[in-house]
Amino acid sequence: MHVVFFLIAALTLGGALAAVLLKNTVHCALAVTLAFLGHALLFLRLDAQFAGFAQILIYIGAVAILVVFAILLTRGSEAPASGIFSKTWLLGLLIAAAVFAVLGWSIIESARALAVDSAAPQVTVHDIGVALVGRYVLPLEIVALLLTAATIGAVIVALHEKERPR
Amino acid sequence: MASTSAVTGADQIFILLRDWLVHLLPSALRPAASVVLGAIAIVAVFPGLFALTTVFERKGLGRMQNRLGPNRVGPYGFFQPIADGIKALTKEDVVPFRADAMVHFLAPLVLLVTVFMGFAVLPVGRNMQLVDMDSGLLFFFAMGAATELSVFMAGWSSRNKYSMLGAMRAVAQMISYEVALLLSSVTVVMIAGSLSLTEIVDAQNQYTGIFPHWYIFTPWGLASFLMFSIAATAETNRSPFDLPEGESEIVAGYHTEYSGFKFAIFFVAEYLAMFALSGMGATLFLGGWSAPLKFLGFIPSWIWFFLKVMCAIFIFIWMRGTLPRLRQDQLMNFAWKFALPFTLLNLLVTALWRFMGAGWLRWVVCAAILAGAYVFMGRMGMHRKHIGPRSYRYAE
Repeated sequence: MHVVFFLIAALTLGGALAAVLLKNTVHCALAVTLAFLGHALLFLRLDAQFAGFAQILIYIGAVAILVVFAILLTRGSEAPASGIFSKTWLLGLLIAAAVFAVLGWSIIESARALAVDSAAPQVTVHDIGVALVGRYVLPLEIVALLLTAATIGAVIVALHEKERPR
Repeated sequence: MASTSAVTGADQIFILLRDWLVHLLPSALRPAASVVLGAIAIVAVFPGLFALTTVFERKGLGRMQNRLGPNRVGPYGFFQPIADGIKALTKEDVVPFRADAMVHFLAPLVLLVTVFMGFAVLPVGRNMQLVDMDSGLLFFFAMGAATELSVFMAGWSSRNKYSMLGAMRAVAQMISYEVALLLSSVTVVMIAGSLSLTEIVDAQNQYTGIFPHWYIFTPWGLASFLMFSIAATAETNRSPFDLPEGESEIVAGYHTEYSGFKFAIFFVAEYLAMFALSGMGATLFLGGWSAPLKFLGFIPSWIWFFLKVMCAIFIFIWMRGTLPRLRQDQLMNFAWKFALPFTLLNLLVTALWRFMGAGWLRWVVCAAILAGAYVFMGRMGMHRKHIGPRSYRYAE
């Protein structure tokens, strides 16, 4: 059973590492897609079908495409002459380590707070739907409002600018 | 409510065959063997259907264009796909010198795998579904979304302007129409109350008198079905939405630099995507494998499913022979200014239908809203276009 987990973990980590280390930006984008796929597979292994498929639909179907388009529409995909690492990589490493420490600490704490032998809950898509429009309806509406604002903002940015008399 | 028609032996013949084959094996291997057999069936049946479809398409298009179509290989040219397959296998595989070899190689494989995955959740007959997932519809569309990346990979890795342009067109088109595709499917989920395709088919497999409860026979269902069909045509890059492969402008789009069997894989994947989306349309709106009239239930369910799919394929071919190709701006305008608002309105109408309760009133109200919106939005869209008699400068 653990073999599958380690395979998926290797896929995810390999994709993430390749995304950082590869020279060609488009290759990096494709590698990060691999890491997204690894995440989705991890969700599926935890019997979280909805989260897993939503991960594929949104991250591979939309976010990866967006990243790739952004790379193509801005500048060439070749590596810059100054190397692929930023000058402040040490600071970045520190921040990443701090975030990882906080997340790891909270996961270890939550494992201690829960009973060891509590069975994994069986969550169906139906339950998720009921929770979304029941208990969590306010956060859902806030997210909807935020997304609507973002859409309107995008449309305004993309609008033709009227000729302004000076 | 379970289906009312009697389950006959012919209906379950493939299930019985699979169980018989699986029972020849030791019991430890049985679950794995039954999945593998199902996968083999999918991998064998749909490409076989593809081979048949290419002949029908070329013969049908030939008829529409007043010519014969393939007629040299075998009786009436029916062995043409075999000849084409051998040709594709024996052709030289040319990879451009500047191409990104790894991504160029992976693109057709990723495309074919993701397209095949979609069939895993499609119920092609009673009990004939490889995996019955709680969120099967979501799985299907997740796999559909993953194909976009492979199209991009193909176009980008070829290092060819035409490939790149074709890939950009294809991805832009697929993203735009995916919104309409998903939103029109959501209406079915709202009424059936489930993302499981088995339950969606079961909800439609009921009869009033002899007539079935298919979702296409409701105002919101008809509107959703039409939007779904248009979006599916665009999603599979079929004519009139075949701009990504517009021969007169960009050679062959994202697969310009593919030859031999890799090109054949793109070709197969396009048709497989058509089968998958036709099957999904049939499952969502045309009752999946259920019979169109109650007394026709004695005919095996898988025959009905494949009949519905082939009818959809025929309409695809008919449209290809009839309609001219759209322009890029017309394509985008239609997706964002007509299809998106209309499907969003249809969501509201579906909610109204759900909560108005049974009775004739909801038929009138829902149909009136949708028809009014259709006419209004059509008029608004055409308002500033000034489409009148055309005059051509050098052709009068």
